[in-house]
Amino acid sequence: MPYIPHSAEDVRAMLAAIGVRTVDDLFEDIPKSLRARRKPRLPRPITELELQREAAAAAAKTETFDRMNAFVGAGVYDHFIPAVVQHLAHRVETVTSYTPYQPEASQGNLTFMFEYQTAICELTGMDVSNASMYEGGSACAEACLMAVRVNGKGRRKILVSRGLHPEYLRITETYLRNIKDVVVEEVPLKDGVTDLGALARMADADTIGVLVQTPNFLGIIEDGPAVAAAAKAKGAKLLVCADPISLALLEPPGAWGADIVCGEGQQLASGLAYGGPYFGFFAAKQEYIRQMPGRISGETVDVEGRRGFVLTLGTREQHIRRDRATSNICTNQGLLALRGLVYLAALGPTGLREVAEGCLANAHYAAERIAALPGWSLSFPGKPFFHEFAVDGPLPAERVIASLRRKRILPGVALSRWWKDAPNRLLVAATEVKTRKQIDALAKALASAK
Amino acid sequence: MHRDDDPLLYETSRPGLRAAPLPKPEVPVPADAIPAHLRRKAPPLLPEVTEGELARHFVKNSRKNVCVETGFYPLGSCTMKYNPKRHEDFVMSPALFRVHPYQPEEGVQPVLRMLWEMSDFLEELTGFHGVSVHPSAGSHGELTCLMMIRAYHSEHHPERDEILIPDSAHGTNPASVTMCGMKPVNVPSRPDGLLDIQAMKALIGPRTAGAMVTNPNTLGLFERQIHDLADALHAVDAFLFMDGANFNAIVGKARPADFGADCMHINLHKTFTIPHGGGGPGSGPIGYVEKLAPYAPTPVVVKEKGKFRIDWNRPKSIGPVRTFLSSTGATLRSYAYIRTLGAEGVRRIAEGAVLNANYLRVKLRDVLKFPYDRTCMHEFVASGTDLKERTGVKTLDVAKRLLDHGFHPPTVYFPLIVPECLMIEPTETESKATLDAFADALHRIVKEAETDPAVVTTAPHTMPVRRLDEVKAARDLRVRWRPEPAPAG
Repeated sequence: MPYIPHSAEDVRAMLAAIGVRTVDDLFEDIPKSLRARRKPRLPRPITELELQREAAAAAAKTETFDRMNAFVGAGVYDHFIPAVVQHLAHRVETVTSYTPYQPEASQGNLTFMFEYQTAICELTGMDVSNASMYEGGSACAEACLMAVRVNGKGRRKILVSRGLHPEYLRITETYLRNIKDVVVEEVPLKDGVTDLGALARMADADTIGVLVQTPNFLGIIEDGPAVAAAAKAKGAKLLVCADPISLALLEPPGAWGADIVCGEGQQLASGLAYGGPYFGFFAAKQEYIRQMPGRISGETVDVEGRRGFVLTLGTREQHIRRDRATSNICTNQGLLALRGLVYLAALGPTGLREVAEGCLANAHYAAERIAALPGWSLSFPGKPFFHEFAVDGPLPAERVIASLRRKRILPGVALSRWWKDAPNRLLVAATEVKTRKQIDALAKALASAK
Repeated sequence: MHRDDDPLLYETSRPGLRAAPLPKPEVPVPADAIPAHLRRKAPPLLPEVTEGELARHFVKNSRKNVCVETGFYPLGSCTMKYNPKRHEDFVMSPALFRVHPYQPEEGVQPVLRMLWEMSDFLEELTGFHGVSVHPSAGSHGELTCLMMIRAYHSEHHPERDEILIPDSAHGTNPASVTMCGMKPVNVPSRPDGLLDIQAMKALIGPRTAGAMVTNPNTLGLFERQIHDLADALHAVDAFLFMDGANFNAIVGKARPADFGADCMHINLHKTFTIPHGGGGPGSGPIGYVEKLAPYAPTPVVVKEKGKFRIDWNRPKSIGPVRTFLSSTGATLRSYAYIRTLGAEGVRRIAEGAVLNANYLRVKLRDVLKFPYDRTCMHEFVASGTDLKERTGVKTLDVAKRLLDHGFHPPTVYFPLIVPECLMIEPTETESKATLDAFADALHRIVKEAETDPAVVTTAPHTMPVRRLDEVKAARDLRVRWRPEPAPAG
């Protein structure tokens, strides 16, 4: 155990001061019957060098995105990460500090949270943001729980567009199943987008809120203002799950009436990381701030009038309000949100727009190339999309993926996993990191997939 | 520490500057891909600065944080121990960082294997039938366990919606119960700080779904009678959830499944040293008995014929509580820790933590009052009531003054059952010399309180800011930066 700085002499002196003979004497409070009867069976300890060797061996056996020509997205996207993100976000002062309960000793983190909240408000067009949630899926579930607090009186229905990421939908169902008298209903898709006719029929005086994702899981940009109109007509709140990069080009949901905007923050420099850690972003209208989950940094002054920041509205939170808290969340994803802030600040508005335009350009070029192949077509022609799109091919998508994998290409995600009636449908993502040559190689390989 | 009014990044921003330019797209940017009414009209306000300015901002401000690597951080219940660097490098390996959760499983066998092994290690250390590495943090794991208990009862006893919780519990316990649509029933602790098992047993009724018990509890004491409570709950087909926040006190020495617990969460940050990151990421695996296994969250990694794959097919599962398998990079920092420690090293976590806590407790005996003066586990609580009565100096003042003496304060005013509470957790990675220095600092502060209380009540004096007005922050809410309005004319 290389991390315990006790010499044998230290241990002797400490035991003597305590007045016991052995360290084991300190465990006397654990009844014999409750103690472990044997040493745990764990692999033999390895040194750092051996750990490095294992990591290298694992990498050699893994189809990393550095080695594969990959077009896999479906909620997690490969974006450029400038070197400043790792270097500036991962300083020991931010990595090894706790949640800022003592504000005088945490002005760095509280300042960064405040700046992060500002950037998220700007991206989403909302008034207030919290300091982060775990990831996109549970952020959506918490948005629904918040909608129940805000608008649940006399209403009991949450409508969720089927265009929401299928995992987010299931997470939302998991969370809401236990909330008394609240039901989740799915609004079907029509031509790859939320069926506005169905939404208009389903939304009624009983509807708490409508949750829609844009661009939706199939990559298509939803007609947000039309969804908003249908929700608002019945007094329902509008909850929007958004892609943060796309917001450089898309009108922010706040501008078309969203009450809560949340989503996956992975795109903002979390990296792929096999599912996490990422972060969820979460923003809302000012009037609902007291119903928000999570930490919020607020500006104030010290006794000398100097500007400073503190965690504010703590009375919403579990450590104060206990069973009446807005959420049980305490630890969130501070370090990942900080990465997001460094990333956004490194790019600025121009850089972020360039990233988004790179995505738009590459995805449209890829879609055009694939749709021109014999036997291939866009699944939803004419629908606007950002950096991802669905295509139908001549073969089951699973087979296409297996075939191209042998050529070191990962062409996308098989949608048959969630839509059994579309076995040949492939979801293809192309972000700013793809080169023309890589996209051409994908098209060429798809043409000869068997 | 320097003290000046540093500008926010937004305030140093000037149009046209940037740190990270992008190459021009090699293919045309389609002009009309986005319908006009959905196109953004005005760009978001983001900082525009050079890379050098960016670096200076983040470096300068990060130095205003107190952190584990600059000093002792005895925050009770939070376990701020040293975080080995090798774990940081390990999870940046391309095998873990440059892989996508939806790429074919055949190409990501090593990361799947590690996640599977991690469950295996934790099963071995907790004694549970199964472990899921799915939940994102301790409180998330706690909520997940309650959802599993709820799902079991929905099937067998739908009327059960009450959870017994002692008054010394973390705030997350009752908050999770409410989020799960159940009702917390508060149970007062005994004067000696331990569970009142008789009172708890008496409260078990037809609506009892289970109980939540932290062991060792938040006072740093081991609940010796935990198995009796478990037996009483099991007799009526109710469950015992063990809050595993304090698993670091017993890891390798005792297994919670042997206490009669039916499920528990583990804060990997605390026991298995994921850095806290100023507020996450954490990871909160859960262990559970066979009876609850069908309800465990999906997805899970399974091993079949030497290959690993992701399984979603669990008909009774509560479903997912987060996107994808696990917070992989966080979870596998702890994997690296367990691999490098082995069985003997893991046990020394608990031994080191308990030794340090008891040594520091004894060193502070003549400075603070100890409402429960007895051998503790990994942490202990003291009370500042006596000091407050004598000198008017509150626990909060002592906490702030510690910053001037070079130490992060302990957790204060928790648990709620101890007035003027200080909750001190030194962790195993601190030396005797550091503990001695901390004890000396508290001695000096008590002297100051007796001779010059103002220096304590107006502390801190050496931080980048003096004491902050939290009431103003909540009253005049400013939770985002806004540009100054342009001068008229």
